[in-house]
Amino acid sequence: MKNLKQRYRYSVILLRELVVTDFKLRYQGSFLGYLWSLLRPLALFVILYLVFVRFLRFGDALPHFPVYLLLGIVLWNYFAEVTNGGVGAIVGKGDLLRKLNFPKYVIVLAGSLSAMINLAINLVVVFVFMLINNVDFQWSILYAPLVITELFVFSLAVAFLLSALFVKLRDINYIWEVLMQGAFYATPIIYPLTAIPEKAGKLLMLSPVSQIIQDLRYALVTHETPTIGSVYGNQWMRLVPIGVVIIFAIGAAYYFKKRSRFFAEEI
Amino acid sequence: MSEEAIKVSGVYKDFILPHEKKDSVKRIFTSLFKQKDGGAEVQHALHDISFSVKKGEFFGIVGRNGSGKSTLLKMLAGIYQPTKGRVDVDGKLVPFIELGVGFNPELTGRENVYLNGALLGFSRKEITERYDDIVKFAELERFMDQKLKNYSSGMQVRLAFSVAIKAEADILLVDEVLAVGDASFQRKCFEYFRLLKKNKKTVVFVTHDMNAVREYCDRAMLIEKSKIVSIDKPSRIATQYTRLFNPSRNGEKKEQKKSRWGNEDIQFENVSVTPSQLHLNEEKIVIKVDAVAVAPVENPVFGFSIQNRDGNIVTGTNSQIKQLMIPQMKAGDRVTVTWKLDNVFNDDLYSVGLAATLDDGATVCDWWEEAAEFEVVNEERVPYVINPPVDLQVTGVKVEDQRN
Repeated sequence: MKNLKQRYRYSVILLRELVVTDFKLRYQGSFLGYLWSLLRPLALFVILYLVFVRFLRFGDALPHFPVYLLLGIVLWNYFAEVTNGGVGAIVGKGDLLRKLNFPKYVIVLAGSLSAMINLAINLVVVFVFMLINNVDFQWSILYAPLVITELFVFSLAVAFLLSALFVKLRDINYIWEVLMQGAFYATPIIYPLTAIPEKAGKLLMLSPVSQIIQDLRYALVTHETPTIGSVYGNQWMRLVPIGVVIIFAIGAAYYFKKRSRFFAEEI
Repeated sequence: MSEEAIKVSGVYKDFILPHEKKDSVKRIFTSLFKQKDGGAEVQHALHDISFSVKKGEFFGIVGRNGSGKSTLLKMLAGIYQPTKGRVDVDGKLVPFIELGVGFNPELTGRENVYLNGALLGFSRKEITERYDDIVKFAELERFMDQKLKNYSSGMQVRLAFSVAIKAEADILLVDEVLAVGDASFQRKCFEYFRLLKKNKKTVVFVTHDMNAVREYCDRAMLIEKSKIVSIDKPSRIATQYTRLFNPSRNGEKKEQKKSRWGNEDIQFENVSVTPSQLHLNEEKIVIKVDAVAVAPVENPVFGFSIQNRDGNIVTGTNSQIKQLMIPQMKAGDRVTVTWKLDNVFNDDLYSVGLAATLDDGATVCDWWEEAAEFEVVNEERVPYVINPPVDLQVTGVKVEDQRN
């Protein structure tokens, strides 16, 4: 019991230090520093806004489409940051792993926490835009933390799986890059779900990331957002992506734990 | 609480080295269709290792490069998992496998102290409490807010060491930390070792430095080719280790060729050193050799030298220095040359070199390095070249004589 406490203490100390270091190093040497955390999603937003809202007129049917678009991008960026960072997380710390025995999950968790800090900053920007856009705040906003937790768990699980796989299989980073490109378009981020055929929409909504993005848009921006419940006309369908997240999280954690004993010698 | 800090039982470690690393999807696909893929080589890094280290013991591990000692240390640290067998550790263990683990050149000295400290298990608060001590010990007060990349390597090592010695562990694993740093840094390391020993810490120490083994270890272990050769007193292990590099003359004919040369007008034979192992109470050592003239020679000079393990020639003399003139030797003449000398030697392994030359100072008849060897076992080892019997007395106050 004492040992367990000691080990837990060590993990917390390490986690904290790794997150702090990661944040310090992130914009090391750049002139605008931490401002880039805000500027990057904003710049992307401006581009996508000009292309899809102004020229292609994607979101005319939806109220507050710019905010809707920004929220989607911010959430997707979080998912992309955690998983892309996750791929190389363990291998990148190979030097450390070969010299010290410490709980390996801390590395991956630290990466996802530092992305979470980024997400929090970005969500502040989203709120500012919501105010500018005169979005009516709904009671459903209280539901948002739950969905963000789901996003956190799912992203972390994917990162665990990828980081452990990458130790043995160095093609994973290229595969994941391509998958993410495809997934970006297979997720209703830059186009509203109503713009694609109903059958396709039903299929896309089974992905946890689609379900999460749509649920958050519903909770924060407008109740006109189609969610997995409304697409299928059955709220219980929400259990499918949530189930996927839970099963995925357990599987990834199990696999990571099993493999982590051998990281030091396999890297 | 058991008496043992570390217990290693029947540990094997194999590394599987694929001939072509199966780290790409292509390889996996191709190996799905082929029954065997290239084959993998199994490297046995450790073979049936069992030993235990008592609490408060200073335990040395020595062995040649590639003998498996670093793998073993990583196993004790929990970095590698044994293929078979088990490793039990009782107490908080800090591996000292490399100084400054996790140091980041882009961070300042101060930030690195916190990061490195966290890896050693210190919270921010604990580091803050020790921060002034660390900086003072490293003598880097003026540099702490500079980035680490602007430090010299010596400064980095000093900083890392200062953090590391604050680690409050029950068991320390030390891997050749002493190989780095200048003389004053090494002195600090040794002082730290003395402190550890005084505080009854358990230390496992991997090194090539036999002087350090003799001075600090309570027991030592020699590993060769993945197996334990022996576990014994440090002085014995140090001698055995030295032997690995100085194969004895028995059956090593080709070694002789290299270290023996000359025009062969005179040839040495029947070299003997008695006793071949000297203890403290044995005061005389006798080196005896026959020299045969193959061709007639005038004014031959017979000399010898004694070399210690580090390659230093400790002493030597020859018949010319001793003013013994041998006007001539006919072909077939045989002389016996005998040197008797006092045992002033330190605990070490020595080799005897012989030389038969002519007094013109240029002609070498038989020059034979490492013609024989002898060992001196002296528990009262001193860290100097010679160790003659010394009568030491302290008077004036009450002195406890702890000799047996």
